Amino acid sequence: MNKSDLKNAVPHVTFRKVQKTYDGENLIVRDLNLDIRRGEFLTLLGPSGSGKTTCLMMLAGFETPTGGEIRLGDKVINSVPPHKRNIGMVFQNYALFPHMTVAENLRFPLAIRKLKASEIDAKVTRALDVVQLGAYGDRYPQQLSGGQQQRIALARALVFDPELVLMDEPLGALDKQLRERMQLEIKHIHEELGITVVFVTHDQSEALTMSDRIAVFNHGVIQQIDSPTALYEKPANNFVANFIGENNALDGTVESLHGETCQVRLDNGARVQASIGNVVKPGSRAVLSVRPECVQLNAQSLGCANRLGGYVKEIIYLGDHLRVRVELAGRKELVIKAPAAQHKHRFDMGDAIHVGINPEQLLALDPSVAA
Amino acid sequence: MSTPSTLTMPEAITAETPMSLKEQLARAERLKKLKYGALILPLVLFLVLTFIWPIAALLKRSIDNPEIVSAFPATSELLRQWDGKNAPPDAVFAAFADEIVQHKGSPVFAAAAKRLNMELPGFRSLMMKTARALPPTAGASAREALVEADPRWEEPATWQYLARNASPYTARYLLASVDRKYDDAGNVVQADADEAIYVNVFARTFGMSAIVTAFCLLLGFPLAYLMATQPPRIANVLMIFVVLPFWTSILVRVAAWLVLLQSEGLVNKALMLFGLIDQPLELVFNSTGVYIAMVHILLPFMILPLYSVMKGISPSYVRAAVSLGCPPIRSFWKVYFPLALPGVGAGCLLVFILCMGYYITPALLGSPKEQMASYFVAFYTNQTINWGMAAALSAILFAATLVLYIVYTKLVGGQDMAARAR
Repeated sequence: MNKSDLKNAVPHVTFRKVQKTYDGENLIVRDLNLDIRRGEFLTLLGPSGSGKTTCLMMLAGFETPTGGEIRLGDKVINSVPPHKRNIGMVFQNYALFPHMTVAENLRFPLAIRKLKASEIDAKVTRALDVVQLGAYGDRYPQQLSGGQQQRIALARALVFDPELVLMDEPLGALDKQLRERMQLEIKHIHEELGITVVFVTHDQSEALTMSDRIAVFNHGVIQQIDSPTALYEKPANNFVANFIGENNALDGTVESLHGETCQVRLDNGARVQASIGNVVKPGSRAVLSVRPECVQLNAQSLGCANRLGGYVKEIIYLGDHLRVRVELAGRKELVIKAPAAQHKHRFDMGDAIHVGINPEQLLALDPSVAA
Repeated sequence: MSTPSTLTMPEAITAETPMSLKEQLARAERLKKLKYGALILPLVLFLVLTFIWPIAALLKRSIDNPEIVSAFPATSELLRQWDGKNAPPDAVFAAFADEIVQHKGSPVFAAAAKRLNMELPGFRSLMMKTARALPPTAGASAREALVEADPRWEEPATWQYLARNASPYTARYLLASVDRKYDDAGNVVQADADEAIYVNVFARTFGMSAIVTAFCLLLGFPLAYLMATQPPRIANVLMIFVVLPFWTSILVRVAAWLVLLQSEGLVNKALMLFGLIDQPLELVFNSTGVYIAMVHILLPFMILPLYSVMKGISPSYVRAAVSLGCPPIRSFWKVYFPLALPGVGAGCLLVFILCMGYYITPALLGSPKEQMASYFVAFYTNQTINWGMAAALSAILFAATLVLYIVYTKLVGGQDMAARAR
C-alpha cells in the first residue's frame, strides 16, 4: 500500500460528533470528528485537561461518550464493553501485574482467548524477542528497570494481535535519555508490524519524533490534525503555532489581501508582507507568527521582503547556534536562532541590527484562539 | 616532588590509626545505637515487666508442680529412687513422718494435701488423719505409726501419687487441657468422659472463630473495596463509620446488643411490627447473639488491613486486565484479588486470633454451650484458683496463635517474594 491508498481506504477508527462531559456542565470533549487510518501512528497531543486522554479512554471503552459515535472499521463500538474490543493498551505506569512473572503477564491475554499451549508459548517468545527481552520471562516486573518494564508492557499490548494499540503517555516515567531511545524503538516496532497506534502525550518533541500524524487538542477540540512537518510549518491557528515548537508573535492589523499573502501593519508602524493563515478580512487584528530559525540577520536579511531594524539585547552561545534576542521598535522582542558559524563575533550587545523575514515564513493568524 | 609525597600519604594514615575501617564504623555506629537504645529503654523495661515476664511466668505455671516437693523435699528425693512396685523402704516412711510433723498445720502442708486430693479424691482427709496420728508414739517406727493411722500407707499405689508428683514439673495440666491423663501405671490415657471437655471447648473456640472470621471477611471485603475506590471525601465518611465503634467500650457495645436482641428488644419488636415474624426470635443467649456481636465488634479489624492494602492497588491493573480481553469479574479475581490477598490474610489472622481469646461477648450473650476456651481460663483463675489448669489452657491458646502466625508468614512470605523485590 502506498500513501495515497492509505488515505483512500476506509478509516480504521472513526469518531463522529463525539462529546463527553463528567458533570453535565463542562464538555471535556466537544464535537470530536476524527478519522484514524489503518496502520498509521497517530498522536493525540495537547496540554493536560485538553481531552486527549478522555478520547483515548473512550476508544478503549473505559469511558462512555455522552454523545456521538465511535466506529472501529464499520462497526459502532459505543456499547461494546472494553474486554470485547480487542484493543491493546499501554498504560502510563505500565500496569504490569506484580504477582505474575513477565511470561505470565504476556500469557494472560492469550490464555483468556483459549489458545493452545504451544501457540501461547510461541507467541510469548516472539513478543519477548520483538522487545529484546527474551531472557527475562521468569523475572517479576519489579525486578526490571523502568525501560524494561515499559517494553514488557508494550509486548503485552501486542502479543494478542490486537486491532490497534493505544498508548497513554507511556514514556512519562522514564528519564530523558531512555525516553528518547524508547521513542525510536516504539517507532521501529510500529513500522515493522504495521499496526495502528494511537499515542497520547503532552510532549511535543515526542509527538514530532514518532508520529505519522498529530492531532493537537485544546479545550476538548482538535485544533489541527496534520503531519509533523505541516503542523510545524503551517500551524492552523495561534494555539498550534505557540504549542508546537518555539514561536515569535508580532501583533498587527491586516490592511489588504493579495492572493496568498496579505499586508499587515504592525503595532509599531512597520508594514510587512505575510502569508495568510486563518485571517482573511482586511481590518481585523492578526498575530504574525515566525519561527526563531526563520529570521535572518544582517547580510542574510538583504534578500528578504520584510526587513526590520532593532537592537541586540542578548546573545547566548549554544555551541551549534546562537540565541539572539532583538528588540524591535515598540519594545517588541524577537528571539532568533542563528547558525553560530556564520554570526559569531559579527555583532555585540547593544548593536543596531537588521532582521529579515520572508513572507512565506511569516504567518498571519487570528489572535482570538490564544494559547 | 609531589608524586612521592602523595604515594606515602595513605601509609602515614594507616600507621597513625591502627584501627581498621570496619572498627571505626562500628565505633561511630555504636554511639548512635546507644542513643536510640536509650530512647526506647523505658518502653522495653515496661514491656518486659508488664508483658513478657508475666506471660513467661504464667506459661511456666502450666508445668509447675511445687506443692509436694516443697512440703516433702527429703521424701521426694527418696521416692525418686523407689522402684514403685513394692512398698517403699523404711527410710521413706521415716522421712515422710518427719516432714509431716515439721509442716503439720502450715499452709505448705495444706497446699500439698489439696494437690494430692486433685489426684485422688479423699487424699486430703487421709493426710489430715495421718498428721493427727503423728509424731509416732515412743518405741513405734514411722512405718508402724503411718500404717496404724491408715492401712492405705501399706499399698504402693498410695505412694505412687506422692512419687508421681515428687518432681517439680508435671505435664498433668497440659494433658488435662487436651483430655488426657496419667493412669495409675503412669501412662498417658484418654480422660474419663465426664472430665473430657476441653477438646470440645477448643474445637468450639476454633469453629466459632472461623465462622466469625468468615462473616467479617464476607461483610468487610466489599466495604473495604468501596472505600478504596471512592473519592477521598466519601471514603473518609465511610472510614469514620468504621472506626466509630472503636471509641466505644466493648462492654457498652455488648450491653447494647443485649438490649437490642432480647425477646422484648428493638429488633424483635421491629420485625413483629412489620409482620415478618409472629413471635419473638431467640436472638440472644445462644450462638446467634454471640455471632452478631462478635462480628460487629471485630469487623473493623478486618476492614482496616484490607483497606490499607486495597488503597495501594492501582485501578489500572484491572483496567489492563480488561483491555487484554478479560471480562470484568474474572479480571477482579485474577488480578485484583491476588493483589489484595496480603490484606485478606492479615485481616483474617487478626480477627481469628482476637476471636480465639474472646471472653466477655460469649460470657454475656451466649449460653453455656457457647463458652470458649478463655471462659475456662477465667473460671480456673477466678473460681477454683487452679493456676495450673488456667495456665495450661492459656498455653495451648498461645501455641495455637503462634502456629497460626507462623503459617501465615510462611504463606504470605512466599506470596510477597515479588513485593520484596520492589
